[in-house]
Amino acid sequence: MAQGILVIAEQRRGVMSPVTQELIGAARAVKADIGGSLSVAIIAGDPKALADSVKLDGVDEVLLLPVEANEFQPDLHVAAALQAVEERDPALVLMSHSVDGWGYGAALAVRAAAGFATDVFAIQVDDGEVVAVRGAYGERAHAKIEFPGRERVVLALRPSAFTAAEGATDCSVTTLAVPDTAVRSRHLEFIDPPSEGGVDIPAAEFILSIGRGVGEEENVEEFAELADQVGAVLGCSRPIADAGWLPKARQVGYSGKTASSCRLYLALGISGSVQHLAGMKHIENIIAVNSDANAGIFNVARYGVVGDMFEVGQELRQHFD
Amino acid sequence: MKILVPVKQAALVEDDFELRDDGRDVDPDFVDLQLNEWDDYSLEAALQLKEANDGIEVVAVTVGDDDTEDALRTCLAKGADRAIRIWDDVIADADPLVIARVLAAVAQREAPDLVLAGTQSSDLGFSATGVAMAAFMGWPHAAVVVALDYAPGAATAIVERELEGGLRERLEVDCPAVLTIQLGINTPRYASLRGIKQARSIPIEELSPDELGLEDQDIGEQARGSRVREMYLPDKGQAEMIEGTPAEQAARIAAIVKEVMGG
Ligand SMILES: Cc1cc2nc3c(=O)[nH]c(=O)nc-3n(C[C@H](O)[C@H](O)[C@H](O)COP(=O)(O)OP(=O)(O)OC[C@H]3O[C@@H](n4cnc5c(N)ncnc54)[C@H](O)[C@@H]3O)c2cc1C
Ligand SMILES: Nc1ncnc2c1ncn2[C@@H]1O[C@H](COP(=O)(O)O)[C@@H](O)[C@H]1O
Repeated sequence: MAQGILVIAEQRRGVMSPVTQELIGAARAVKADIGGSLSVAIIAGDPKALADSVKLDGVDEVLLLPVEANEFQPDLHVAAALQAVEERDPALVLMSHSVDGWGYGAALAVRAAAGFATDVFAIQVDDGEVVAVRGAYGERAHAKIEFPGRERVVLALRPSAFTAAEGATDCSVTTLAVPDTAVRSRHLEFIDPPSEGGVDIPAAEFILSIGRGVGEEENVEEFAELADQVGAVLGCSRPIADAGWLPKARQVGYSGKTASSCRLYLALGISGSVQHLAGMKHIENIIAVNSDANAGIFNVARYGVVGDMFEVGQELRQHFD
Repeated sequence: MKILVPVKQAALVEDDFELRDDGRDVDPDFVDLQLNEWDDYSLEAALQLKEANDGIEVVAVTVGDDDTEDALRTCLAKGADRAIRIWDDVIADADPLVIARVLAAVAQREAPDLVLAGTQSSDLGFSATGVAMAAFMGWPHAAVVVALDYAPGAATAIVERELEGGLRERLEVDCPAVLTIQLGINTPRYASLRGIKQARSIPIEELSPDELGLEDQDIGEQARGSRVREMYLPDKGQAEMIEGTPAEQAARIAAIVKEVMGG
């Protein structure tokens, strides 16, 4: 019978991604309930070079799976992960719900005939059975997911939702051979984001961000003026940048910037999608203005205003010269 | 050549909503349906290829009940050539793996040169269906595509994937392939009145899983990768709600700004 946990590490450009530590932390938390050991698989051109970074508390074994590509390649990733699954027969496989995770997780689940859930932010074990918790409908509901009849479950975990494992440990390191695999896509190059044009969201201490609630492009200007007036840097959610209403450098979130230095974040007309929250939910003082009292943004905000961003915005201008 | 575009009629939950009696989903009475936002972009990518090249047929497909027909009408109104809807009650509450299995069977029947799915669905956000579909078909795939350079009939496509923090990766993918399309790759068009009118006269092909050669073991309970045990409303956060008129709310916000930022 399948037993134990397999974590599939994530790396890019030769650096272990921080989410890997969270995957290990999540695994460690349920290890006793699942039973068996905890193995961490590193799939990379030179996995050995990354081995030390995953020897963390709770890990019993590091599996090195060398492949003929330095950067993520879905065919090789699936083949290598399947090899590790076959050799260790884990009951639970944990991977990241990240861009690369989306690039192979579902294919792995299909090929391994495993149960599968994505964007999981909590794991419970009920009577030895894995139950995953994820969001639904823009985080307005949560769902407990079960996997009847599945001996093995692959869970793609939401980044920043689990506590990272710490504390070095000494554990065995084993190299597994990855079977010959047809490689049907090839990494050509990375393209770094364009220069910021003077906009520095990560350095900003006060950000006023607008979302789709702004409605139309011609309304953006009044919020640019408001930001100026209150002394905030203007930020935005993705649809505003995608539409070209504001430059990409102002986008806060998973595929945009993280508001790392921010002390106050004023979110106007932003619903609070997981990907927007990824760039700002850590901020201590979040004020959210939204016309929908059930908007997910209120779950992370310190202060909430149910109202119209235009009305509130205009009134706010009276308080600043 | 042919491009297959799987589209989902996504559920938009109303501001105040209740759960279904069995507690496993939102009560459909509190749900509006709308073409999944991501599918606007994948359809647009297909239509742009069609306009730039001769002889491309764009086929939209959805797995859904009668209520999802509007999604296909929207695609037809924007310029898709054909639309297919697959349904059977056993698919109700199916997980992404079952949907993907059905879509793979459609692809087998249609033999497209390219499948353009969305990166995720706006309601349940699995980000799984396109890649699972590729796995069932044994096709190459690339997820979260923000740029696509493809000449019909070419052995490869050059695409860009959008990674974390705005970083991109350029890669070459062997075709035929499944690509999952990300927001912002293009600017989706609106349907013209003429298009909407014309779309009404185009018949939607309706098929059952049975007609696609699928059996209960492919799409029934045991084929599901997961099942919702229970849905519930998340605990409200710690937010202190600022009540009052807009003027009073703004005054309080101004006070917080001055307190936190000083000055
Ligand atoms: C791989 C990937 C990466 C992504 N990266 C990012 C990212 O980096 N950043 C990002 O933001 N998104 C990102 N997204 C997109 C994300 O999923 C959401 O689509 C997006 O965040 C929604 O933006 P929004 O809240 O402005 O719009 P919506 O979700 O449409 O919300 C608009 C809100 O405005 C409110 N509203 C409307 N009118 C008013 C009014 N007059 N006054 C007050 N409130 C009003 C509505 O109630 C609603 O809550 C990403 C998605 C994917 C798949
Ligand atoms: N019921 C469905 N019918 C057709 N396509 C779907 C369906 N559900 C999901 N998809 C496709 O899969 C993509 C991603 O959805 P998901 O994996 O549910 O997040 C969508 O953008 C569609 O292209």
